[in-house]
Amino acid sequence: MASSPTAQKPPAERPLPSLKEHDTAPFWCATQQRRLTYQVCSDCETVVWHPRAHCTACLGSALAWRTSEGRGAVYSYSVIRQSYHPFFRARIPFAIAWIDLDEGPRILSNLVGVADPTRDVKIGMRVAVEWEPHEELAIPLFRPA
Amino acid sequence: MPTQRRDAAIVGIHEYPSRDVEGRVSPLQIKAAGAARALADAGLAWRDVDALYDAGDGGGMAGLQIAEYFGLSPRVIDTTNVGGSSYEFHAAHAKRDIAAGRARVALLTYGSTAHSNAFAIGVGGQLGGARTPVDNLEGWTGMTLVSNYAMVAHRHMHEYGTSSEQLAEIATATRFHAMRNPEAVAAMRALEFLDVRETTIQDVVGSRVIADPLHLLECCMISDGGGAVVIAAPDVARDCKQKPVWILGAGEATKYPQNGGDITVSAAAQSGPVAFGEAGVSASELDVAMIYDSFTITVLTILEDLGFCKKGEGGAYVAGGRLRFDAPGGPALNTDGGGLSSNHPGMRGIFLLIEAARQLRGNSTSQVPNARLAVAHGNGGMLGSRHCAGTIILGRD
Repeated sequence: MASSPTAQKPPAERPLPSLKEHDTAPFWCATQQRRLTYQVCSDCETVVWHPRAHCTACLGSALAWRTSEGRGAVYSYSVIRQSYHPFFRARIPFAIAWIDLDEGPRILSNLVGVADPTRDVKIGMRVAVEWEPHEELAIPLFRPA
Repeated sequence: MPTQRRDAAIVGIHEYPSRDVEGRVSPLQIKAAGAARALADAGLAWRDVDALYDAGDGGGMAGLQIAEYFGLSPRVIDTTNVGGSSYEFHAAHAKRDIAAGRARVALLTYGSTAHSNAFAIGVGGQLGGARTPVDNLEGWTGMTLVSNYAMVAHRHMHEYGTSSEQLAEIATATRFHAMRNPEAVAAMRALEFLDVRETTIQDVVGSRVIADPLHLLECCMISDGGGAVVIAAPDVARDCKQKPVWILGAGEATKYPQNGGDITVSAAAQSGPVAFGEAGVSASELDVAMIYDSFTITVLTILEDLGFCKKGEGGAYVAGGRLRFDAPGGPALNTDGGGLSSNHPGMRGIFLLIEAARQLRGNSTSQVPNARLAVAHGNGGMLGSRHCAGTIILGRD
């Protein structure tokens, strides 16, 4: 049986965050201005991460958004060699990392700007944010600083 | 030593033998088959069950659905779902409910067709699903399940000098036990493992890297399967066919980034002391450690957190084949072959209870002579970000 011709598939896209998720929408909206934001409780000064509408330390709900300098250090990382997602499969090997921002939050991101992620990433290395632009938001990647 | 209470006992167990049902059996059917076999093992009947514990693996509105499917009218219904640790939570809750006089015979069941569904758990899983705040912050990164655990391993190596060779000890001990278990051997053949044989440290560290620093042979399999556990009140247990395996202590805990920043410390550091305190025993007294082996690093971290050794000393502790059932110094680790080499359909926690009960009955395929005390420790969720821990201490008369 002859097989039918396969249509050319468009390149796979990164799965993007939603701007409609209530707690994280302000974070992603701020990325439109290339601002990396986090919350601090106006009543007790606790840094609240991930974003949400209430303080987890006191009973307050007055959370102020602050902008990070976008600098920090690699807390830990892994280099992904196997992925079944078409976007990421095309990018292996790539590095994923927990980044300790200087202001306190520990955020999950990808490390870019390293020639060989299996050799060039070290725990504790200093990194800075690098934005990946998209139509409605920007993705905060990190590269060695 | 505080007075050890014997409020409830495991009296019936069953592990579904097939790890590849080729799409011909549903999770509900696996759950029901397991329930009937476990009740028969105990010498009980459907009508004796008055409490149901269910993680929702059979479908939505779990408490109602499973009661109707089994044809039961339970007076206690608990649908806690905390991933792979659900069954340790269920056992803890069954003990509590029986001690409170609200139930006499509790039924826990599990069924999964993860392998038939090609649902990637062990080596390829892509995180996703419903849009929670956390999903919406992290889903774009492409983090796989393995890479989440791998970040714990890297940090452990960084802080404590732990090596891949030390982590590999966990995989080789588990495979050593699997090769003695005919069901595990059949599972590895059914799932088309490349080599169904005992492994060496070099085999493990020489297998391909899935997510640095974790290798293929440090990752659990993706199987079909399931099982059931029956837990009963002391007066019921005394009349059952099998010797009772007492639940001596139980602990539950959560871990997420904001309640503890050190990812080398798991929720076991919270649940363990509660369970050991209630049981009035310490880790050094245990003969058998059934610890959720999603990946090698999961076991290393939990051994430390449960107090088998100090934080950071796990690498040296597991070296030299210590975790094999016939090695001095114990404990025997995952004597059924574990999730790495026997059975991992997604939520392995029920098998930890089942194999611990086999050991305390004296009929494991890697039997520790005269085993008296065991721990079943479930880890559900993801070790490197957010997870639950359930610790159950078990003992025999």
